[in-house]
Amino acid sequence: MSWNRKHLLDIESLTAEDITTVLDTARAFKAVGERAIKKVPALRGKTVVNLFVEPSTRTRTSFELSEQRLSADIVNFNTEASSLKKGETLKDTARNLEALNIDFIVIRHSASGAPHFLARVLDASVINAGDGAHEHPTQALLDMFTIREKKGRIAGLNVTILGDILYSRVARSDIWALTKLGANVTLCGPSTLVPRVFEQMGCRVTHDVEEAIRDADIINLLRIQHERQRKSMFPSLGEYTSFFGLNKARLARTKPDALIMHPGPINRGVEIDSEIADCDRSLVLQQVTNGLAVRMAVLFLVNGGKGPQEVAP
Amino acid sequence: MPGRAAPRTGRSLNSQGERIFCGQMNSLLLTGGRVVDPANCFDGTADVLICEGKIAAVGPDAAAKAPADTERMDVRGQVVCPGLIDLHVHLREPGQVAKETIATGTAAAARGGFTSVVCMPNTTPAIDNAGTVALIHERARDQGVVNLFVAGAITKNLAGEELASIGSLKKAGVVAITDDGHCAQNNDMMRRAMEYAKMFDLPVMDHCQDYSLVIDGVMHEGYWSTVLGLRGWPSAGEEMIVARNILLAETTGAHVHCQHISAAGSVRLLREAKKRGLLVSGEACPHHFTLTDAAVAGSDKFFKADGKGVFGYSAGRGDLPSWPAYDTNLKMNPPLGSASDREAVLEGLVDGTLEILCSDHAPHCDYEKEVEFDYAPFGITGLETELALSLMQLYHSKRLGLADVIAKFTVGPARLLHLPKGTLSVGADADVTVFDPDREWVFHRCDSVSKATNSPFYGWPLRGKAAATIVGGRKAWAEQAELAKA
Repeated sequence: MSWNRKHLLDIESLTAEDITTVLDTARAFKAVGERAIKKVPALRGKTVVNLFVEPSTRTRTSFELSEQRLSADIVNFNTEASSLKKGETLKDTARNLEALNIDFIVIRHSASGAPHFLARVLDASVINAGDGAHEHPTQALLDMFTIREKKGRIAGLNVTILGDILYSRVARSDIWALTKLGANVTLCGPSTLVPRVFEQMGCRVTHDVEEAIRDADIINLLRIQHERQRKSMFPSLGEYTSFFGLNKARLARTKPDALIMHPGPINRGVEIDSEIADCDRSLVLQQVTNGLAVRMAVLFLVNGGKGPQEVAP
Repeated sequence: MPGRAAPRTGRSLNSQGERIFCGQMNSLLLTGGRVVDPANCFDGTADVLICEGKIAAVGPDAAAKAPADTERMDVRGQVVCPGLIDLHVHLREPGQVAKETIATGTAAAARGGFTSVVCMPNTTPAIDNAGTVALIHERARDQGVVNLFVAGAITKNLAGEELASIGSLKKAGVVAITDDGHCAQNNDMMRRAMEYAKMFDLPVMDHCQDYSLVIDGVMHEGYWSTVLGLRGWPSAGEEMIVARNILLAETTGAHVHCQHISAAGSVRLLREAKKRGLLVSGEACPHHFTLTDAAVAGSDKFFKADGKGVFGYSAGRGDLPSWPAYDTNLKMNPPLGSASDREAVLEGLVDGTLEILCSDHAPHCDYEKEVEFDYAPFGITGLETELALSLMQLYHSKRLGLADVIAKFTVGPARLLHLPKGTLSVGADADVTVFDPDREWVFHRCDSVSKATNSPFYGWPLRGKAAATIVGGRKAWAEQAELAKA
C-alpha cells in the first residue's frame, strides 16, 4: 500500500486502494490523538495556507488543528480582507502566496473546479476543502472512516443519502467513495433535488423516504443548500420536512442498528428531528472527531508519506 | 448601394464593407486546381483567371485569355473554390480591442481561408446605430485584411427593450440584424423586429437562449454537469426559442435564422418547420459537431467517452491532444451538447436542415479566461480551425461531399444575407479560396494570428488547410508568401 499523489482534488480520481490507504493512515493518527502529547513533527518546517474563499467553520477548524498537530506553519487567508475583493484573480492571489515559498494550499471555494485550476497553475500541493457543488473529498474520507470504524466494513452495506443531492459536494464525494468501496448507494429527496441522472453514477434513486431508509445500514442526511440553489426547488421547508425529514416514526421503521450521519451544519427540525440528532444512533460528533485524524492523514500523505507504516507508533 | 470615392491606399470598401480595388490591378491565373463551385454546380479540374478584381474566366480558355504579364499560381492538388464566408464572428471593435481588433481578426480569417466575415454587434458601444457601422467600415478599410460585413443590433444596446434604428442600420450597410450574445426575451419585440426588418429585406438572426430556463448555467445539463458540479444549461433553453422563432416566422412571414444550433431538439424543430415551407434556417459551428460536454471533464474523459470517432480517419496515428478538467476554453454559449446532440447537428448538416457553417469566433483575453470555470466568459476562437474541423467531421468522415461542405461556407451564407458572393461566375468579385483538403497539420498557439488564445484546439492534429486566400483579386494571405518570409 503506497500513496503517490501530490494533490487531493477529488475522490473520483482515487482508487479503492488510495482510499483505504488514507483510512489506515488516519487510524494511526487517531491513536496519536489519544495520547497525552498529541503533536507529531511530520510537517515541521512546512507551510500550509488555508485559503477559504467561502465561509466554513467545521472544515476550517478541523484543517487548522490537523496542521498544528503535524507541526506545520499555518497562514490563514481571510478573503474578506484579501485582494480577491479588490479584483485580483485567484491565479494571481495564489501565485503571490506561492512566492512566499509555501508548501500546501487548502482551498475552499464556491466555484467547482477551483482547486483543479490552482493545481494547474501552482507548484504547491493543493487540497480540496470543498469546491462548489463538485466535491468535498476530506468529508467523504472521514465519512468512510466513521462507517468502517462503526460497521467494520463498507463493502456490501446499504447507505442511503437523504436530502439535497443536486447541490451537494458531500453527496458526490460520498457517492464516489462508497461505490468504489463496494457499498450499495441509495439517494432520496425531492425529484427536483435528486434527478435521475445520478443513477449514471452508480446509485439507486428514489423519492419514497420510507422505502429508501427501510433496509439502510447508514442514513446520511444532507441539509438543504439554500446558498447554492437557484431558487426554491420545493414549496416550503415545512413540506420538505413532512415528506423527507427524519423523525422518530420513520426511524422506528429502520433496521435497529441503522446509524445516522450528517456532515453538518444541521438544520434541526428541517431534515432531522432535534432529539434524533442527539440520540445514540447519531454519529454526528464522532464524524467531527474523526475528521481531524483523516485530515492529518491527508496532509501527511500529500507531503510524501507512503502510508500508516510511516506514522510514528 | 452608393459607392465610395477616395481610394487612398489603392484599395477601398464600398458602403457595405466589401473591398473594392482601384487603380492598377494585376491579373492572376490559378492553374491546374480542382475547381469546386457549388453555385454553378461545377466540380472539375480547371484554370481560373482573375482580372481587375473579378473572375474573368474559368475553364480551358482561361489560360488563353490571360494577359501577358499575368501572375501564375500553380495550384495542382489543391481545391479552388469561391471565397469562404463566415457570417458569425466577433471582432470586438469598437471598444474591446484587448480581445481582438479588426486587423487581427480579419488576419485570422484570411489565414483560415475566409474572404468575407460578418461581425456581430455586441461591441462597446453596441452596433445599434449608423455611426458605429460607419466607424467599423472605416476601420475595415484601413486595417481589414478581408471583406468585412456588419450585423446590426435588433434592439437598442442589445437590451431587448426597444427596437434599434433598423432602417438606419440598413441604410448604413448592415447585412443582417441580431442581438447575438443576447436574445430578445420579449416575444412581441421579436415579432415586431421580424415584421419591420422584412420591409427592408433584412434577415433577422437570433441567438436562441431562454434566460428563464438557462438561468446561470455554465455547461450542458446532463451527466457531466452532474459529475463536475457545474450548473446545468438545459437543451430546452435553446429549443424553446427556436420553437418561438418558428412560430413567429409563421405569424409574420419573415425569415428568421437561428444561430449556432447545438441541441438535437432544435434541429428537429427546424427540420419540421422547413418541411412545412417556413422561412427558417440554421447554422452550426465546428466545436458543436466535434466536441461534447464530456470534454469539460478533460481530454481523458472525452476520448474515453465521446471522442473516439473524432480522428476516425487516422485512428492510432500520433498523440491525442490533451487538456485538463474545467478548462475554460471548453466554455461557450451555447454550451457543448451531449453525444446525441452532436450527432443530431451532424445529421442536420447532412440533410440540409442546417445550411450554413460558421465559427462564432469569440476572442477573449487570457486573463479573462484563466479564472474559475464559473467566472470565465463564454466563447472560443475559431476562424483558423473551422475549415479543417468541418472537413474532418463532414468530408473526411464521408458524411458529405466536398461541394456540399463548401456550399455551406459560400452559397449558404451568401443566399441568406443577399451577398453577391460565394460564386466563381464570370464577372463576380474575385474572392477565391485555395485549400488542400488532405493536408495534415497541427494547430499551435504560436502560429495563430488572432490576438486571442482561447482555442480548445491547440495541439490538435487537423486535416485540411487553406493555402491562399484571394480577396478581390489580391492575395490577402498565402502560405507560400508566409514561408518565404520565415
